[in-house]
Formats: sequence, C-alpha cells, structure tokens
Amino acid sequence: MAKVEALAGLRLTPEEREQLRADLAKILAYFQKLQEVNTEGVTPFSPLPGQTNALREDEPGPSLPQEEALRNAPESEGGYFRVPPLFSA
Amino acid sequence: MDVVIGLEIHVQLLTRTKLFCSCRADYFAAPPNTLTCPVCLGLPGALPVLNKKAVELALRVALALGAEVQEVSQFDRKNYFYPDLPKGYQITQRAVPLARGGALTFRLAGQERTVRVRELHLEEDAGKLIHTERGTLIDFNRCGVPLVEIVTEPDLRSPQEAREFLRALRTLLRHLRVSTADMEKGELRCDANISVSVDGRPGTKTEIKNLNSFKAVERALQAAAEHQRALLSRGERVEQVTFGWDEGREELLLQRTKEEAHDYRYFPDPDLVPLVVDAMWLAQVQAAMPEPPWEREARWIRAFGLNPSEAEALLVDPVRADYFEEVARAVPNPKAAAGWVLAELGQYWTGDEPPLPAADLVALIRAVEEGRITRPQAKEILEKAVLERTSVPVLLSAAGGVVRDEEALRALAEEVLRENPQAVADYRAGRTQALGFLVGQALRKAQGRADPKRLAHVLQTLLSGG
Repeated sequence: MAKVEALAGLRLTPEEREQLRADLAKILAYFQKLQEVNTEGVTPFSPLPGQTNALREDEPGPSLPQEEALRNAPESEGGYFRVPPLFSA
Repeated sequence: MDVVIGLEIHVQLLTRTKLFCSCRADYFAAPPNTLTCPVCLGLPGALPVLNKKAVELALRVALALGAEVQEVSQFDRKNYFYPDLPKGYQITQRAVPLARGGALTFRLAGQERTVRVRELHLEEDAGKLIHTERGTLIDFNRCGVPLVEIVTEPDLRSPQEAREFLRALRTLLRHLRVSTADMEKGELRCDANISVSVDGRPGTKTEIKNLNSFKAVERALQAAAEHQRALLSRGERVEQVTFGWDEGREELLLQRTKEEAHDYRYFPDPDLVPLVVDAMWLAQVQAAMPEPPWEREARWIRAFGLNPSEAEALLVDPVRADYFEEVARAVPNPKAAAGWVLAELGQYWTGDEPPLPAADLVALIRAVEEGRITRPQAKEILEKAVLERTSVPVLLSAAGGVVRDEEALRALAEEVLRENPQAVADYRAGRTQALGFLVGQALRKAQGRADPKRLAHVLQTLLSGG
C-alpha cells in the first residue's frame, strides 16, 4: 500500500488507507477471474482489433485561450499554473 | 580502468504541430499556456491522434542510421506523478519501438569511430517547470511536442568521444531537416550512462541527466569518471545513482540514491492503435530523404578536391553547406570557394542566414580568379558589401582595376627601387628575403591594386639588371 501511495503521490489517513485496501482487494479479486480464461493464441493487446494507423496531417488547429486553459486550475500566476513548491528549501 | 559510456538523446522534431494534437509546436517565444488543448492538458475524455509528419521525420532518422524499422510498433503509457505531466503518464514506445539497431560513424582526431544504436522511438515532451519560493509554476506549451529518442549501445570509450558523437549526430539531424537540434534551446538533450571497469570486470552505471551543451556532456562525464575512479581506487563500491549537472559550477548533483519509486508501470495505451509502417510508406520516406552529410562530404572531396576538415567545417550547418555548394558550382575553382565561405565570409557569418547572397560571392571570387582585382581588394569589397549592404557588382565596377599595364608596373618597380637603396643592396648581397620587402612597398604604393606575383617578377628582372 505504501508503494502504491508513493507512486500516486497520495498521502492517506489510516482510515482512508484501510478503505482503499479493501476496495483494491475486491478489484484484484474481480480481475483474478480473467486468469481463468484460456488466452492461447490470442494477441496480447489490441485496442481496436484490426485497426491501425489513425493518423493526422501536420496542420495546426486552434488552441485554448490562456484563461480557458487555466480555468480549472486551483491556483495560477502570470499565465502559469501554480502548484505547491516541489523542492522545499 | 576502462570507461564505458552510452547515451540517450532526445530530439525535438520540426513539425508544425504537437505529437498527438493540433496545437502548434513552436512554443519557443509563446506566452505561457497559450498552446494547449484538452489533449495535451490531459483533460478527461480527450483522445490523442498521431501526427503523420512526426512519424516520417523519425523514420528519416531511422533510415539514415541504418536502423531496422519495425513494421508494427505501438505506444505505451509511462506512468509517473510529476507536475510537468498533466495526464500522469507520458506516451512513449516501450514494448516495440519505431526502429531497432543502426549505427553512426564519425571522426575523432582523424580516426573513424562507429557507435551502434540500440533503438529509436517516438514520445511526447513534458511541460516546463519554474521553481519559485511561492510555488512551482507550470507552462504546458511544450507538453506534447514530438521527440525522437535515440538510445545508443555502450560503445563510447571517453567523454571526448561522447561529445564528438553528439556533434556528428547533430550535424546529421540538421542535414536531414528533422530538427534544428540547438542544445541551448533544449531541442537536443542528452542523458548519459557511464561506468568505469577494472580489469575487464563491468562497473556500476552512474546516470547523468539533462546535459544541455556539448561542453556539459564532456565535463560531466569526466567528473563522473573521476568520481568512480576515486571510489574504486579506495576499494569502495560505486552506487547506482543519478546525477544532475550544475553547468555554472561544473559539479555533479546527486539526484536519487536508490531506485526509489521508479516503477513506471508501462502498459499499452488503449487510446492509440498500432502504427504500421509498410514497405511503400518507407520507400516514400526514403525518396524524400535529403542527402546525408557523409555522402555530401565524400562527393565534395571527390568532385571539389576539399580536404576532410574543410568539408566537416562546411557541413556543421546545412545552410552553410547549401551555400557553399551553390558557390562552388559557379566558380572555376571550387576548392578556393571553401576558403572564401569558411574564412573570409565566415568571419561575418554569425546568424543563421548567410551575410551575403551566394551570387555576390561568386562574382567576387570570379573577379579574383580572372585577375580583375587582387585578393586584398576583394577582402575590402567583401567587407563593404556585408557591412554596408552594397551589392558586389556595384562595388566591383567602382573599384577600378588592377594595375596590369607592364609599363605602369615597371615604373612603379623602378620608383620603389630608387627609394629603397638599402634593400636593393641587401638583395644584391644575397639576402633574397629583401625582395619580399620591396614587393610589399610596391603593393602599398599601388594601394593593393597590383598582382604581387607579377610585381615580384618585374622587380626581380630589374634587380638582375634587366
């Protein structure tokens, strides 16, 4: 659990941790069912079977205005998104 | 103790738009967060669509390096939590890269060296962070800009070799017109792995991240090699660590000691279908491929008689290479054109664009070769043409001509002899270097408008009583 928390950048209270541990255990158990399927001769992964090369020409399109891009940001400053300091001095 | 170095090089591709969305990719001078959209901001429900041009530019690099293009490649998610990446993952190619293998041959101190390429893949760039006391500021304009990552085998044997390899790679990338590959602008970035081995036993790798100049690559690798040697000679173990590089203080900065939290949990990106590069597409890319620098170099040496160092100097910048090519084809002596482009014009060539139109340099070189003006006159005209933005033909017609008339030359020579009895006496006493002095005096009188060889001839004839 500690590793999953660290990778996701989360800091959980003991209660939250227990709640999540129970939820994750259920999800894992659910996915265990997939192990029962015989996958002999099946391509490991294919997002949309049979489809390839969904490509786009290199033509610029409109971008969001700066205010729009920043609208959901909890904090911004001078056109930048702002998050808590990454390095504490 | 032997040094073993491998590089991971990130190159920004010269596309107009980002790798997976239509936002413009020329973020360099754009105000922050003005080149973003739901795709590159990682907003829910947005879907990436691959830029065809980015694939083609990466294929160009793969073909030029002789890499084996994978017929089917795919995109994977590299998960990590950091604010420069709004999606929480970077789209890259991990399981099957665009191409594998290949090599680049370059010269180091006259010796040819070949470095093998392990793989080459496409991925997206991350946003830019600015760390302040009040918090970390983020600009996502760069987020999603296409990169090709080139991973070498650990074939490099010294920091200088790593630097020269990178230079050769930059030259190639520029000639292929896939990137401007300016390290100062972050268009070409390099991470390095280095290990020092003792008695053939493999050492422990140290990684150095974000080397942003050729000097940084060489200096940081030297510092890392010294660090490892010092540890080993004290009988200590080398830890597997990651360093940054402080370019100002020329110091390694320890970043991570352990493989702490480095679990990227790669998995195939379900939003992107496989990329298939068939023979026909590859042939189209090959057909549109600019001439690689080594072919150009061989051709110049063969057809124009250049020496390898002249060719190399001209090839550093493809604009200069094209310029030289244009001039060389139009003048009687292409080898002389190399000198004009590199030295005489080179001193004024500080920006990206040539300081003088090629046709003007051709006119100037022709005037010299045909004896209409002297070299010193030509240099003066060149300076005027560049600094005062006057056309060379106009300056040429105003320059007057060389003193060619035999009578005039003879009169000039006689005058010089009369005025320099000491030098004449020296010459007659066998100190032949006095002739050079006399030629110099005559040239000064003629204000450079005389051919030194013909002057010397006339002077010599007079001195030997002719």
